[in-house]
Amino acid sequence: MSAAVIEARDLRVAYGDRTTLALETLTVQRREILAVVGPNGAGKSTLLRILALLEAPAAGVVRFDSEPVRYDSRSLLPMRRRIATVFQSPLLCNTTVFGNISLGLRFRSIPKPEIDKKVSLWADRFGVAHLLGQPAATLSGGEAQRVSLARAFVLDPEVLFLDEPFSALDQPTREGLIAELEGVLRESKVTTVFVTHDRNETLHFGDRVAVVMGGRLAQVDAPERVFSSPVSEEVARFVGVENILRGVVLEQREGIGVVSLDFGQIQVATEAKAGEHVLVCLRPEEIVLARPDASFAHESMRNVLQGRVDQVIPIGAQLRVRMNTGIPLTALITKQSWQELSLAEGQPVQAAFKASAAHVIRRREN
Amino acid sequence: MELIWHGLVQAFRLIIAGDPEVMRITFLSLKVSGLATLLSLVFGIPLGAFIGLARFPGRGFVLSLINTGMALPPVVVGLFVSILLWRSGPLGVLQLLYSPTAIVIAQFILAFPVVTGLTVTAMQQIDPKLRLQLLGLGASRAQLLVQLLKEARLAMLAAVMAGFGAVISEIGASMMVGGNILGYTRVLTTATVLETAKGNFDMAIALSIILLVITFLINWGLTAIQQYGNRR
Repeated sequence: MSAAVIEARDLRVAYGDRTTLALETLTVQRREILAVVGPNGAGKSTLLRILALLEAPAAGVVRFDSEPVRYDSRSLLPMRRRIATVFQSPLLCNTTVFGNISLGLRFRSIPKPEIDKKVSLWADRFGVAHLLGQPAATLSGGEAQRVSLARAFVLDPEVLFLDEPFSALDQPTREGLIAELEGVLRESKVTTVFVTHDRNETLHFGDRVAVVMGGRLAQVDAPERVFSSPVSEEVARFVGVENILRGVVLEQREGIGVVSLDFGQIQVATEAKAGEHVLVCLRPEEIVLARPDASFAHESMRNVLQGRVDQVIPIGAQLRVRMNTGIPLTALITKQSWQELSLAEGQPVQAAFKASAAHVIRRREN
Repeated sequence: MELIWHGLVQAFRLIIAGDPEVMRITFLSLKVSGLATLLSLVFGIPLGAFIGLARFPGRGFVLSLINTGMALPPVVVGLFVSILLWRSGPLGVLQLLYSPTAIVIAQFILAFPVVTGLTVTAMQQIDPKLRLQLLGLGASRAQLLVQLLKEARLAMLAAVMAGFGAVISEIGASMMVGGNILGYTRVLTTATVLETAKGNFDMAIALSIILLVITFLINWGLTAIQQYGNRR
């Protein structure tokens, strides 16, 4: 096989009668960061426990470094000692910070001077060196998670598993730690499987993204591919495509298709043939707004829709504009552009988008 | 009042003078109950940890048995051990009845479920994810067990105190299988019963005070360790 460190095939996990995970193939390549994303309850953590050799699947094979994993403690222990896992809650032991960071090293019977050296190195790297003598119980949430990360990195693992390590932290703490971890990961080049339900975190970290939905692998791709070309409606919704329009292709010529929607026709880039049912995905930032009397003639906007502004919701420096053009559409616009348009809720508006801005999902059913 | 006062004064005289009989009874009590507690820890902690952490068919039933065992009446244990060790009983050939060993056996049977049951509870109070985390850090089974017991050390010390407390103050079983033989199997509790029956209140009070002080000192020491451990 290639450079796959971990390879899972035909996995199936069931708790009681309910199948929580069923997937055909998933590999973790050496030196990559694989982000596993999906909504809560999709089976991400179960998948992580299986890939991290902490749980045996009901069926299927997991290979670690090309070797099939056998689930008896004698064969598991040497493999587990080449891996480290960090969970959502820091799960520190009731001892000092030093005692916690050194825990895995002591499990491996590493000599004391080496433990001291490694612990001080990683405590320093995660900014907890001044806390080494303190009881773990006195740490803040952010400090505790730093200790938990140091405790994993100190083991110099071949594969690092991170199970939503930031989701329990407040926003500023979380942002600081994400930036720091990103630096450490790029620097150490450790193979990493990173589980998260936050799609923005995947943009930070992933070389590849595995989208898990309802216990199945919905899509495995580069992050930008998952974001720009989701394979299904549920993946599209998960990655933030707010406008998903159902329609039928009327005709298609040289990669531009005319799609009939409930309220009219639009032109989109697609290879779908006439008669095919499709979903047209439009990211809100791809929609351009204009006053009702404006002209798009000089621009390559193939689609111009007339409508009315329903609602304007501020999000940071931007505004989310919901409008009705026969069907509801959402656009994202900067506050400055909105002011230049001098439009308000209830007023008529034009929404335009390029044929190439839309991503078309071809539906199998008719 | 006179009776109590006189008894107290005499009792302190006996203790301060280091009456040889009082000393011998005290040391035997400590030795027998200490050994029984130690044995119950050696067997009860691993069993309790296993039941607390593992999932197997019939686990609920085993737990009910242990919980019943925690409330085992000492006289029932005394009767059971007596029959076992009776000259014509299954273990009669060992000739252990009315010996300190017999008391250790009976007290072990009393303390063992207490230690096991409290260990089960202690293990179940630990966050189940911690176990996964420790395995994820490369702990072997033995290392996992030791680390979890360390995490539960407050509850574990409570198990030690409860186990020792159950046997040092117990009388029914010690009387039945030990026989309260002077200079051989007479312990603090059985001696107190005898002296009270004879009307020797000064001796009975002296023995009771020693029993209370020992129990207090041991629990004080364990509590100190427990609370020191909690601060760390």
